[in-house]
Amino acid sequence: MVASRIQIGLVAAVLILFGLGLTLYKTARLGLPLLPGESREVWTIESKVSFKPAAGPVDVALQLPQALGGWVLLDEHFASSGFGFTVEDSGGRPRANWTRQTLDHPTTLYYKIQAYRANRDGLPGFPVAVADKPRLEADQLTAMERLVEVLQETSTGPGSMARLMIQHLNREEAGPDAAFLLDSYGGSRESLMLDVLAFADIPAHRVQGIRLQDGRRRQTLSVLIEIHDGSDWQLLDPDTGEVGLPDDFFVWQRGPGTILRVVGGRDSSLEFALVNNSLPAKTVVTMEQQSDQFALLDFSIYALPVEQQGIFKGLLLVPVATFVVVILRILVGLKTSGTFMPVLIAIAFIQTTLWVGLAIFLSLVGVGLWIRSWLSHLNLLLVARVSAVVIVVILLMAVLAVVSYKLGLDQALTVTFFPAIILSWTVERMSILWEEEGGHEVLIQGTGSLIVAVLAYLVMSIPVVEHLTFNFPELLLSLLGVVLLFGKYTGYRLSELYRFREMVKQQ
Amino acid sequence: MIQLISPRKLRKLGILGMNRRNVGYIGRYNPRGYYRLVDNKLHTKTAALERGIPTPEMYGVIEYQFQVAPMVEALFERDSFVIKPVQGSGGKGILVITGRDGDHFVKSSGAVVDADALRRHASNILAGLHSLGGRNDQAMIEALLDFDPMMARYSHEGVPDIRVIVYRGVPVMAMIRCATHASDGKANLHQGAVGVGIDIGSGRPVAAVQQGRLVTHHPDTGASFDDLQLPYWQQILELAAGCAEMCGLGYLGADIVLDRQQGPMLLELNARPGLSIQVANQEGLIGRLKIADEIADEFDTDAERIARARERFSVGRMVPLAEQAAAL
Repeated sequence: MVASRIQIGLVAAVLILFGLGLTLYKTARLGLPLLPGESREVWTIESKVSFKPAAGPVDVALQLPQALGGWVLLDEHFASSGFGFTVEDSGGRPRANWTRQTLDHPTTLYYKIQAYRANRDGLPGFPVAVADKPRLEADQLTAMERLVEVLQETSTGPGSMARLMIQHLNREEAGPDAAFLLDSYGGSRESLMLDVLAFADIPAHRVQGIRLQDGRRRQTLSVLIEIHDGSDWQLLDPDTGEVGLPDDFFVWQRGPGTILRVVGGRDSSLEFALVNNSLPAKTVVTMEQQSDQFALLDFSIYALPVEQQGIFKGLLLVPVATFVVVILRILVGLKTSGTFMPVLIAIAFIQTTLWVGLAIFLSLVGVGLWIRSWLSHLNLLLVARVSAVVIVVILLMAVLAVVSYKLGLDQALTVTFFPAIILSWTVERMSILWEEEGGHEVLIQGTGSLIVAVLAYLVMSIPVVEHLTFNFPELLLSLLGVVLLFGKYTGYRLSELYRFREMVKQQ
Repeated sequence: MIQLISPRKLRKLGILGMNRRNVGYIGRYNPRGYYRLVDNKLHTKTAALERGIPTPEMYGVIEYQFQVAPMVEALFERDSFVIKPVQGSGGKGILVITGRDGDHFVKSSGAVVDADALRRHASNILAGLHSLGGRNDQAMIEALLDFDPMMARYSHEGVPDIRVIVYRGVPVMAMIRCATHASDGKANLHQGAVGVGIDIGSGRPVAAVQQGRLVTHHPDTGASFDDLQLPYWQQILELAAGCAEMCGLGYLGADIVLDRQQGPMLLELNARPGLSIQVANQEGLIGRLKIADEIADEFDTDAERIARARERFSVGRMVPLAEQAAAL
């Protein structure tokens, strides 16, 4: 006993000190800040070029972004296993080239950048040129002339005409000319818009880029339309008609030209995975400058592909949640239904936000319990009964999602983030508890579980906690040490101080 | 404001807490591999039979669903019996039939049920409704004990059983759990049953506690606990110590019942006995466990250990915990 205590104490001390030491080293020597502090939104954008091989040599060209609108590129990284690789400058624009003589299997090429927006600049100047008038069929031409005439009559200048055009072409009930043109353009609204603008002698081109959404795995390119209103360039959103560069838009290419060209391949696609880290820009700069010198940094979470980084961002928070469970069970003595069920609920809360999550959870479990009480009359075998509950719970989730969507409550759509199996087991356990111990015990354990889940959620959503676990994963070793110590804690629980209080009352 | 007791006071009173029980005693003295014998009442019974430890007579086991109907059919031959889950915990799922009313069965509460109810109860047990973690289970049918009349006076409906905590072969603390109307015939102290602490030395009651309050009489039957004198006390202690040796657990709760004809019988074993026995005895366990350590180190045989325990744990005059705490 004593020996094992000392052993655990030693192991725990080593773990705690190692974790803290590494953290201190990283802060002191490498300049990684301990607190999130003044942070920059650093985006990691990973582009994936996938294609299947066709006959002959393969030549893939990817136009690289130019960092416009105040964006600063911190780092570029190419993955090109087995391919010849060059970066060329074609007319002031960098272009990546992957080449290979033969290829026999589907391939994905990666290009990763880290970027942040240093200041919210507009786009710089650009040579003004009106595109050539499009060549059109006779009937298209008439429709185009009529459309442009209408637009010009009802607008005051190039800017207002462009906005009017966007509104016009986005309407459900577009006029006959617009509808016909849209139809003959095969639905490519942006090409039609550019042609209309060219027809009206307004200088315009497309701007391609990415809508930045944290955690998106398969984002594709979006398009903005830029027009010259006589004095300045103006950006327009072809869907909403909004003016200006949206905050969440990362410009990849301005002006005509394709971004991806694949020769010798088919079914090619370009997708982006995005992760946003709120980091002091200094951190990232430090990392970029020093990652070659310090292997430690090269082996940090940042070295992983973006998708995995996103997953780890959530995963590294789980130990913190389990730590909350340890404290509440061992120190406080809260009764929960299932040891780590509250952690899973807390993770779901992160996706749904707290109040919405609580409401969804309570309504699902409530209705589930009600239906389960009916099932218990049927005297079913256990596995069949639990499966029945799983099916019922999933149907309830679907009903909840559909009904709330129809009612305009989009938040309830996040119901899908609740793990259905966990919900079903919760319902099952609670209902057995109800039959055996009565509603009182259900209330105690249910409340206990929710308290633990809510606390775990609150702790996980503290920015500092996320910052620390992601940037200093070695702190988890310290956490492990503390958990080991708790495993040997023999003191009283808070609940016991309450339970035994009656005994010492004078009667 | 919620009133709490200070942890310092609890420690001075020697009250054993859940964490210390789990780490210091269960985790240390109860090897995981031996739990099977305790958690499964059939295994317990078989092992007890081999060692000559008396247990209630077994009428049969229902292992599969198809056996339910013939087994219930066979029960028409019997006047009284008990159906319980083999892996049940905390007295859950125990159906006690005390008599017959034509083709119907009379439960201990007096309610009359038909054969359908028995079949349903048996299927529920098989499906794991009452078992640890909801695992599939078996149902066992045992003879109903002919309670010692001495004990019957102290119980309302349910089964009055004697819980003895045995630590390293030394009986350290004992109590009787008396079901009451408030506890709905169940023997759980937190549900309102009366816990009667029993003096290890004499087999006489030390104190009786209901919901944390000292009582002198059973609230339903009106029997005075002062008149309680457990017969066969030495045998009860020997039986409990024998069980500890049988199952290999160093920290064990043995539940024993008294039969009118055959004396003490083992009902079931518990590898994680609860802490409320301390309240029933108005004494903390920690001090006794320390003394038991000395006894276990000093003596090797059960007989010597029991004799020494009866000597050391004899309570002359019970001092309520409240007074003990006030004196601190």
